Amino acid sequence: MGLLSDPQCRRALGRLLLRLNTPLCVLSYLSGLAWFLLLPLLAPRTYLSENAMGSTMVGEGSDLGPRALALARDFGEHRRREGGIPVSWLSHTMFQLGLEVHSQPFARTLPFPDEAHERYLVRGTNVFGVLRAPRAASTEALLLLVPCCEGGKNEQAVGLLLALAGYCRGQIYWAKDLIFLVTEHDLLGTQAWLEGYHGVNLTAMQSGPFPGRAGAIQAALALELSSDVLTSVDVAVEGLDGQLPNLDLLNLFQSFCHKNGLLCTLQGKLPPPEGPSGPGYAQSLRTLGLMVLGQAGGAPGGPHGLFLRFRIEALTLRGINSFRQHKFDLGATLEGMFRKLNNLLERLHQSYFLYLLPSLARFVSIGSYAPARGGLLYLVPPILISGGAGAALYLWDPLYPISDPKSPCTPILTPFLSPQARGGLLYLVPPILISGGAGAALYLLPVRGQAVATQHFPVGEAEAVVLALIGIYVAGMALPHSTHRALSGGGQRGWMTLKLLALLALALLLTCLALLNFSLGFLLGVTLVPPAAAVRPGGNRLPLALLLVLTTPGLSLFMAVLLERELLEAPAGLGEAWQRFLGALGQGLLQEHLHGAHLSPLLCLGAYPCWLLLWNVLFWK
Amino acid sequence: MAAPLVLVVLAAVTVRAALYRSSLAVFIAERVEVASPLNAWKRVVEGLALLDLGVSPYSGAIFHETPLIIYLFHFLIEYAELVFMITDVLTAVALYLAIQDFNKVVFKKQKLLIELDKYAPDVAELIQTPMEMHYIPLKVALFYLLNPYTVMSCVAKSTCAINNSVIAFFILATIKGSAFLSAVFLALATYQSLYPLTLFAPALLYLLQRQFIPIKLKSKSFWLYTMQYTSLYLCSLVVIICLSFFLLNSWDFIPSVYGFILSVPDLTPNIGLFWYFFAEMFEHFSLFFVCVFQINVFFYTIPLAIKLKEHPMFFMFVQLAIISIFKSYPTVGDIALYMAFLPVWSHLYRFLRNIFILSCVLIFCSFLFPVLWHLWIYAGSANSNFYYAITLTFNIGQVSRVRQMKENRDSAKRG
Repeated sequence: MGLLSDPQCRRALGRLLLRLNTPLCVLSYLSGLAWFLLLPLLAPRTYLSENAMGSTMVGEGSDLGPRALALARDFGEHRRREGGIPVSWLSHTMFQLGLEVHSQPFARTLPFPDEAHERYLVRGTNVFGVLRAPRAASTEALLLLVPCCEGGKNEQAVGLLLALAGYCRGQIYWAKDLIFLVTEHDLLGTQAWLEGYHGVNLTAMQSGPFPGRAGAIQAALALELSSDVLTSVDVAVEGLDGQLPNLDLLNLFQSFCHKNGLLCTLQGKLPPPEGPSGPGYAQSLRTLGLMVLGQAGGAPGGPHGLFLRFRIEALTLRGINSFRQHKFDLGATLEGMFRKLNNLLERLHQSYFLYLLPSLARFVSIGSYAPARGGLLYLVPPILISGGAGAALYLWDPLYPISDPKSPCTPILTPFLSPQARGGLLYLVPPILISGGAGAALYLLPVRGQAVATQHFPVGEAEAVVLALIGIYVAGMALPHSTHRALSGGGQRGWMTLKLLALLALALLLTCLALLNFSLGFLLGVTLVPPAAAVRPGGNRLPLALLLVLTTPGLSLFMAVLLERELLEAPAGLGEAWQRFLGALGQGLLQEHLHGAHLSPLLCLGAYPCWLLLWNVLFWK
Repeated sequence: MAAPLVLVVLAAVTVRAALYRSSLAVFIAERVEVASPLNAWKRVVEGLALLDLGVSPYSGAIFHETPLIIYLFHFLIEYAELVFMITDVLTAVALYLAIQDFNKVVFKKQKLLIELDKYAPDVAELIQTPMEMHYIPLKVALFYLLNPYTVMSCVAKSTCAINNSVIAFFILATIKGSAFLSAVFLALATYQSLYPLTLFAPALLYLLQRQFIPIKLKSKSFWLYTMQYTSLYLCSLVVIICLSFFLLNSWDFIPSVYGFILSVPDLTPNIGLFWYFFAEMFEHFSLFFVCVFQINVFFYTIPLAIKLKEHPMFFMFVQLAIISIFKSYPTVGDIALYMAFLPVWSHLYRFLRNIFILSCVLIFCSFLFPVLWHLWIYAGSANSNFYYAITLTFNIGQVSRVRQMKENRDSAKRG
């Protein structure tokens, strides 16, 4: 505290900060970015931390291939005959395999039609079989999930699930219950099942009384196979709101891939060749970028994403047929993973929960990526606040001398020291209220007002929601003009205080986000920090206005869509990107209503009002 | 001046009534920052249920309210929301009246000193003008009623609001100079949460100052008045405790309330300093460290009494802050009470050096509490260290703020 309590020291520090404000801002911003770009080089190899899964060797004995194929074919036939999930056949088969079978019907009316999946009134049934552990009371369980989507996909996965269930029934070493779950309507069914299993109702899901339970679920695997032939497996880790499973689960999967010679990809990318230079680095960075984008989006990367909120560690495995030479059998790997998980003595907690993955075999822990966040998020706002925003450190310190007219801080401090400065802060109320109101309108109106919109405009309901969202967003940008007509501003001190408040709100938002969802916080920080630092009224407004518009959260989302296609090496044209952007908006809103994702409220009530405050500063009169 | 106060009260009541009706009420009531084991509404309801069944409410390990509170809500359970709103309003009005009176005294003293030419020439800025002082009581009421901490405390129906109200009336009685009422309210406050015991010293100093009795150890009138006030206080305390005994016909409440406060058996996380430390410690050291931690509340009273004997109201403020920082189960409601006094010393702000940084620390911590709680309890990706780190930062923020107020007081005096 000596540095800040000693007046001499403090004054010197203040001067230094004010003089070096711009270079310091630029330096910390650039160092944060550079640190992020260096992350693939800083990533150590992954290692299994959990003792219970590490030391014991498991020899897999199953050969499920032919049986799985036969079951899948049967399932496919019955499914086509019934036009939906064949509940009775599935129950019957599971029962014959020796499982305790239950089914759970559910229904859900979406807030507005989902165009991507073409559904509005959803009705479905989840079927699940429990294999009771012969060696323990039913206190803990493991789960295998197969989402049964429309259009005949994933039939092979159901076959594999049934075959595996049959094989596991014959073994005697299970200490945890095994749950084999087939859900309908992918994420919706999974959500309904999870809510039913835990006896809560988080969304407006309607489902009957839950029929039967096993123990607390320790880990879950979700399986999606697109064809009989399997040449590689893609693994998805990102869950709802950017939550990640414990790294040990991924390590376990990776060690089995290694053992069985399975070809694994992450974000659809093959592991980069070892060695930090050259194409390895580019590939790692691309994978890392895709992971950051996926995590920031907050949408679950697969059906496993919903489990994480219930503190169940989970992964999605996607079997891919990319017409390569080698073909693999996933059955043995699944059996091995379940047997290792069966050995767990406590829930997975030894390894990391907060990490980024530049490749499947390497990870960046929170300790390594925190400096990137530190450079961008923790260093920049305080410096901005202390320096550029108007010497806020001294805002309440009028004893600060201005004897030296040549000192660089004098012009900044003068408005605070003049006698007129002792006025109220009433002129700040309209911009703050209006920004907050615009955010609330953006959050509430599109979904609530869809009925009105469809009556008055010739658009469908889903379109109405998305267009209303864009409309309100753009309309918010016209507000500063109307606010200033109502009230004359407080001059230079006015905009400085407003900017100070905007920066404080932004810093608060980014700090909380950096903890909750690093990727989202990082992306918002990268885009919003430069305009927040630079914005000021007067002078030539055009470049600043352009910068602000370019970094508005809505446009950032559009950029993210473009960037994602670029990283996937499937660049999209503007037209396609626009379609994807509209789809992402609709899906983002749906995610909030269906699964309780936090992205859209955060952007509408947090980032957007912050940005509007900065926009207000720019047009301050 | 009454009209703005009524407006503030109306605004505060509206906000509270709206929040009671919203879905946020349940969320707020569950927050560990707002409701501690001592004053959570859930526990009051549990105690009432036990009482209705004819069982002693203290027979379980859940209920730690005093018998008077449980009998109060025995009759008023239907109107609980109303009771809490009225309590808050009464606290604010009491603070308003108290500070109004206090300002009159300060103003008279200031005028006298100016006439006697006792002030140094360069302190002109520090002298409060009547215009500035006119709005201070209103600001105090505003700070208390519309402070988000108070609002949350009231919405969570934390009985902390009642303790605050009793302390506010004690301050009002002290400033009005009524030794009897002051002693009675102090006894009530002590009975409610034990720690206000330390407010005895500032109250006595203020009353002595008001009676123009010099604080000298050799003076006979000093000892006479002290004895008088002490016996009033002790008598009312005994009466209240005996009343509690006759209400329940057992002494169960003594270990259940005061034992619970002093020995800190419940280590639910809160914004205080106790829980993490005692959760981590070997059981056989706990008695020693309980003493070390608890002594913090009482220890500073003596040096502060010597140092601040000319400024008992400031002493009172510092002591309230110390209680809310070092007590065993602090909640944001306790903090709100001492924060309400900040406008009274607004003329010291020009000396406050890092007020901006400190305010930012408190605001950021208030938002990080729920975030880290979520990461720890729900997401499972953080652990208790994260939450305790924020608790520590929050308390460092509070302590340095109080320390600076104290230093500024000294430098203002020297100036």
